[in-house]
Amino acid sequence: MSSPDDRKYTQEHEWVMIEDAATKTAVAGITDYAQDQLGDIVYFELPKVGDNLAHLGKMGEVESVKAVSDLFSPIDGIVTEINEKLLDHPELVNSDPFGEGWLIKATINDPAEIYGLMSAADYDAFTAGL
Amino acid sequence: MMLCAPAHTRNCTSWSVSYRGQIVTSDNLRTGLYDTHVSLGGRMVEFGGWDMPVQYPDGILAEVKAVRTATGVFDVSHMGRLYLSGPKATDFLDWVLTGSVSGLRIGRARYCVICNEKGGVIDDTIFYRLEEDRYLLIPNAGNRLAVVAWFQRWIDEKFSPGCTMEDVTASTGLIAYQGPGTVDAIDQIADTPLSEMRPFSWAESSIQGAPIFVGRTGYTGEDGFEMLVQGDDLVKVWTALTSSGAVPCGLGARDVLRLEAGLPLHGHEIDEETSPIEAGLDRFVRFDKEYVASVILKEQQEEGVPRKLVGFTLPGRSAPRAGYTLLHQGENIGVVTSGSYSPTLDTSIGMGYVLERYVEHGTTLDLDIRGRTVQVTVTALPFYTRPRRT
Repeated sequence: MSSPDDRKYTQEHEWVMIEDAATKTAVAGITDYAQDQLGDIVYFELPKVGDNLAHLGKMGEVESVKAVSDLFSPIDGIVTEINEKLLDHPELVNSDPFGEGWLIKATINDPAEIYGLMSAADYDAFTAGL
Repeated sequence: MMLCAPAHTRNCTSWSVSYRGQIVTSDNLRTGLYDTHVSLGGRMVEFGGWDMPVQYPDGILAEVKAVRTATGVFDVSHMGRLYLSGPKATDFLDWVLTGSVSGLRIGRARYCVICNEKGGVIDDTIFYRLEEDRYLLIPNAGNRLAVVAWFQRWIDEKFSPGCTMEDVTASTGLIAYQGPGTVDAIDQIADTPLSEMRPFSWAESSIQGAPIFVGRTGYTGEDGFEMLVQGDDLVKVWTALTSSGAVPCGLGARDVLRLEAGLPLHGHEIDEETSPIEAGLDRFVRFDKEYVASVILKEQQEEGVPRKLVGFTLPGRSAPRAGYTLLHQGENIGVVTSGSYSPTLDTSIGMGYVLERYVEHGTTLDLDIRGRTVQVTVTALPFYTRPRRT
């Protein structure tokens, strides 16, 4: 599955998309590659609204049946919303990682920052080489 | 994101899910079903020196559900297959196994433990009495060579001539066919009726002409069958089972199923530093015969042991993992050996060792999940018992 090219990617398999440039709000999640590698996801530990995020700093954890992984923030900013649906339905990230399975929304300190991240094509090439 | 902790950390026989990509393997052993697993989309990982599927594309939760509600099929050819034969074979096995061997009737199978001189567990195993002087024994994949070496030492020391060991792991395969639907389906699949077999009995039959040695045994907590087949027949037998609707299941589902059923996994609940008394396996240990570990195990049974294996549950889906600490009022009193989200019970479950005074069912303890403290409740094992057929 190709990654959508309306957003940017990290080597840690997170994606981030600018939702509203005027208010500097962005939405972030993990990639299809990540959910496929994890297998059935059963639990998320997400940051709280108001938490500060640091680029590539730990922002939470994801547990699948077989593994625990850290979640890293793709951006510097402040959490404005978390996807409450994931508390009862973490499997949404397996079924729709780029849509309904988003993890957090945040105000980005510097929207230009995300342009330093990987494009969809670069990310897909990166995962193809793993 | 990156993998920060594999689900199991204690033992080299555990698999690790590589988050950063494919596991490149070259030296690992492969079963006769390797190509089949790959073509089914199985995710191959190293386990006990073998390349094995940890899961297929539908995922571990779907595979667990198939075994709990219908039928599942596992390639367990990585497990060992040893024949012990000769006029001293019974005496030999009675020396190295904790259970009674001479008391087992031909046609029956039994679970038991192989202990070292300190009472530590070299392996746990099921053995089948084939004839008066001939047995089949199934060691774990990662322990096969240790078991072979241990057995050969005692054969040479005490039972030779008169007992010989033959390792047929490389030339044969083993398939586990598990789930409530297996009993109704087996007679359509096998060439002779097998549905009336008693638990822990064995029989010989065939599937599409391929000979099978079948035991009414398993490691999932469900009814089912395990089939020893010739290596060349593995694909034929596997395909016959999957064609009948059995869902291919990997090691991930197998681990969740055995944990729900409260069954120990060597390298986790039991190892060479752990005795079957500590692990709550007393009922598989005879105290009225003389064997390798009989003195120390009897002493432990009479005097008690400082720590014991317990099961515990916690609300939610965040799982205890091997190595996590169990606490009571801030004091470190135990360690987790296995844990998982249980899809069948829809709660998280775990097993671990705690100091003897905390083993009572209903005791509440604290679990440290990577810095978060969660309350857990000590619970009777098994967590899951299959419903009786009506």
